[in-house]
Amino acid sequence: MIAILDYGSGNLRSAERAFELTGQKVVITSDSETALSADGLVVPGVGAFGACMDQLNAIGGAEIIRERVSSGKATLGICVGMQILFSSGSEKGAHQGVGIFDGEVSLIAAPVLPHIGWNSVSVATGSQLFAGIEDELFYFVHSYAAKSDPSLNSGSKVTTTSYGERFVAAIERGHVSATQFHPEKSGNAGARLIQNWAKSL
Amino acid sequence: MPLVLAKRIIPCLDVAGGRVVKGVNFENLRDAGDPVELAKLYGQAGADELTFLDISASVEDRSTTIEMVSRTAEQVFIPLTVGGGIREVKDVDQLLRAGADKVSINTAAIANPDLINQIADRFGNQVLVLSVDARRAPTQSGFEVTTHGGRKSAGIDALTWVEEGIRRGVGEILLNSMDADGTGSGFDLEMIRAVRAISSVPVIASGGAGKLDDFSAALDAGADALLAASVFHFGTVTIQAVKADLTAKGYSIRL
Repeated sequence: MIAILDYGSGNLRSAERAFELTGQKVVITSDSETALSADGLVVPGVGAFGACMDQLNAIGGAEIIRERVSSGKATLGICVGMQILFSSGSEKGAHQGVGIFDGEVSLIAAPVLPHIGWNSVSVATGSQLFAGIEDELFYFVHSYAAKSDPSLNSGSKVTTTSYGERFVAAIERGHVSATQFHPEKSGNAGARLIQNWAKSL
Repeated sequence: MPLVLAKRIIPCLDVAGGRVVKGVNFENLRDAGDPVELAKLYGQAGADELTFLDISASVEDRSTTIEMVSRTAEQVFIPLTVGGGIREVKDVDQLLRAGADKVSINTAAIANPDLINQIADRFGNQVLVLSVDARRAPTQSGFEVTTHGGRKSAGIDALTWVEEGIRRGVGEILLNSMDADGTGSGFDLEMIRAVRAISSVPVIASGGAGKLDDFSAALDAGADALLAASVFHFGTVTIQAVKADLTAKGYSIRL
């Protein structure tokens, strides 16, 4: 069973349908027991970093994520749901993240923002998420991003993209993974990524 | 593959009461009035996003529109923008909950520019597209904003309005040329250049697409994305043909 964490951030219906295509049962939940016991947990997120963290903390979401990561249960962050897994964010003031990955989420250095549309990615060696879809494009919509410093997250598989500068498009470490782009909005390529993730459950 | 953001091709569907109402002449379609079927077909044909323009006149039609958005979002896994009839923040909330990824606003923002700030503050600027119906006029920039489908002047310079919209928090500009709209004689390239020069957000060009070369010309002028309706609905050119042509011309395109 896949649980999509409902903490008041964004529309979850299309995510629900996209994950249902894997054949798994999908529930949308804010209940911590359900979120803890699910085979896979999806952490979505739209809006500003700080607002998302506040909403996540209101349902004890940071603890749920930490507990799942430490017990090796599959967890997938999407968009701001990826960003909040990093140490901190600088959107509309300084904010603490959940701190699963090291690094700061900051404004992308590009003349035209938001970064909206389909971009290619430079896939990390050994990535499970991108198996068979290394050359596909994925749908991004954001102005802030986790910057990829190779010295950080040395145990992680970091897939990057570039728009003005290089930043994290996806990150995988053990049973926790995350994408800056929206797999649920990335057509067939996104469906394949979701399938790749679901197969690991 | 070079890491370059792809230029987007966006078909636009006019809907009222949950049905596609402008002429659509598509093969392999059981029901040409069903937006979900058409959305699926365009998704399969390689559309990078879809835009629904709700031209419903009545309040009752709004709930039908919400339902249509919901059905589409559950079956079509590319981004969906919905415009038309958005008057207040709660309209945006409803559409996003139903599964829209972005909303576009036009008339209501002209009447009440604070609406832009309210929507951007609540949902983030990435959800908000400012739709600007502009035409040539003796204003400061040479372009003015119109209302009523280009028939009336709004009394605002188009570039001034674009700058204000961006300052207030819109995430994209949908630039509709009311002079070019429906003519099929090409996008208004001067207008695209003028807006691109002052815009710090992506610019979607609209109005005038009639043949293959029109699309690359608009990208050359600086558009980040291209929106078209009739030319796709009637199969004058297909999305695949546009994308093949742009790829051959060296643009980064999602195939």
